[in-house]
Amino acid sequence: MSNDPILSVRDLTLDIPTAGGTLHAVRGIDFDLHRGETLCIVGESGSGKSLTSLALMGLLAPKIQRSAARIDFDGTDLLKASRRQLRHLRGARMSMIFQEPMTSLNPAYTIGDQLAETLLLHRKVSRAQARARAVELLEKVGITAAESRLSQFPHQLSGGLRQRVMIAMALMCEPELIIADEPTTALDVTIQAQILRLLVDLQREMNMAMILITHDLGVVARVADKVAVMYAGELVETGSAKAIFRQPAHPYTRGLINCIPVPGRTERGARLGTIPGIVPSLVGEVNGCPFRGRCDQAVDACANAIPLHQLDDDTHELRCVHPDGHRHEEVTA
Amino acid sequence: MLRFILKRLGLAILVAFTVSFISFSLLFLAGDPAIAIAGENANAEDIAAIRELYGFDRPMLVQYAEWLWNALRFDFGQSYYFRLPVADLIAERLSVTMTLGVCGILFALLTAVPLGVIAAIRPNSLIDRIALFLSVAGQAMPSFWFGLILIVVFAIQLGWLPASGASSWRHFIMPTVVLGYYAMPAIMRLTRAGMLEVLSADYIRTARAKGASEGRVMFKHALRNAIIPVVSLAAVQMGFMLGGSIVVESIFALHGAGFLAWESIGRNDLPTVQALILVFALFYIIFTFLADVLNAWLDPRMRSS
Repeated sequence: MSNDPILSVRDLTLDIPTAGGTLHAVRGIDFDLHRGETLCIVGESGSGKSLTSLALMGLLAPKIQRSAARIDFDGTDLLKASRRQLRHLRGARMSMIFQEPMTSLNPAYTIGDQLAETLLLHRKVSRAQARARAVELLEKVGITAAESRLSQFPHQLSGGLRQRVMIAMALMCEPELIIADEPTTALDVTIQAQILRLLVDLQREMNMAMILITHDLGVVARVADKVAVMYAGELVETGSAKAIFRQPAHPYTRGLINCIPVPGRTERGARLGTIPGIVPSLVGEVNGCPFRGRCDQAVDACANAIPLHQLDDDTHELRCVHPDGHRHEEVTA
Repeated sequence: MLRFILKRLGLAILVAFTVSFISFSLLFLAGDPAIAIAGENANAEDIAAIRELYGFDRPMLVQYAEWLWNALRFDFGQSYYFRLPVADLIAERLSVTMTLGVCGILFALLTAVPLGVIAAIRPNSLIDRIALFLSVAGQAMPSFWFGLILIVVFAIQLGWLPASGASSWRHFIMPTVVLGYYAMPAIMRLTRAGMLEVLSADYIRTARAKGASEGRVMFKHALRNAIIPVVSLAAVQMGFMLGGSIVVESIFALHGAGFLAWESIGRNDLPTVQALILVFALFYIIFTFLADVLNAWLDPRMRSS
């Protein structure tokens, strides 16, 4: 593993013009991702996780304005890259798996055509070679009778199978980065674990960097190397999975972790934690900590610019007025 | 796929027989055909003679069976007016109508589909506005009026194109434009709506995520799905053009099948009318069948249902 990150993002900001003013959907996101690493971005619905992933792929709707100090993919500046350059990266060196397996495959073409297309777009191979690769990948993602699946259409497959096909499609060109946006949300609970296991195994086998977007902390605990906690468009806390789960610093992160029951520790029948309140509107000027309205540690200073603290482990960063996330009398005085 | 085609074919044949029966019954709905043939000054004896000559005194079903049997062998009897076999008459006229119909639908598709696609790719752009204006104008303007305007401008004022007749390809330009422009608005708006819907589909995002170029995304992934309803519409329009181009054929004095139908109705030439109705209906049936097959090829989900 080289020391240079494969993906480096600084100050990523996404604005959506709406009738009521500009919606500041994502504000000032920073992170680095190295080869072979898994970064989990967690946060509730609407926190900007999916938008962030689409922004990295360059797949945002045209009306969404993207700005950043840097989005660097293995030496290529994605902010300055031409459409052609981006096209050569997408599908070949960076791939994406979406949340909606039922609708993400084109209903008019066979599985085989759609799988082969990815390879044919990027490599000088014959159709026969592309189909052979498609069979190989289908077998890899655990689809039986792979050869005969090639001539099937998406509507003939179940959701779990379609998501396996989507994964196979994303891996056709052995990408270095894979972005999975809640890949298991739309699936049956029994299938969810299988798909996730598969994704993680393949990621390790192929030594890909992975960004896994999820709101399931149980998943995060199992697969993440790094965790980025997102709230209302900001990363409120980032760090190694170990640090985040052992010493969650931000009040929001602590709240999230309190929401999951732990076998043996959570008492039977005890109420699980909840975070009261609602996410603030991001239309118009957004100042201070977006979580302050729901935070039990909130003080007046939360309405001002929020400092970034490095915690003991230098990859563990916290965006909170309290240097360790807890209110101390000397801070509030 | 083969099962689907056979099923649709069976259905089409069933519809064809129904239509043939209805078009045959018209003979009797229009009053006693013998009286019509005999003319105003005929006496009862003449009418009875004619009735026997043409076999109108037999039971209707027997007459239908005979007519159908003959029709299957392209024998539609004699035209009362021309005293010629109806089949020859129609065959001669149909070539004009077919040329006009094919040119008309091609003109409509070749203008409407690209305009609809561009309008959907750039909604609310100048070209979208122009396309909208063209389609509203096309829908609001009656064919005969548009045809007359074209004649005034291009035949009389500028003298570029002949105003009437069917003797060269230049005679077909204005009729094609008038007929095609009539079908264009609906096709364009359906293409635009279909493309807009498909372009926001998840699989379009997937195609972009694969690294497909915009052209490939638009034509291979989007248009293929958006065009499916357009195929059905175009088939109906095509049927209409072959059967209902009476107005256009009259304006430009193109003596096609539509014009023949109009003439024959006026002359009470029932065998010709009957045969034309059957032929026009068969066109609808054939084009609907072809559209179904084409759609099943385009949309695999349709094959299994």
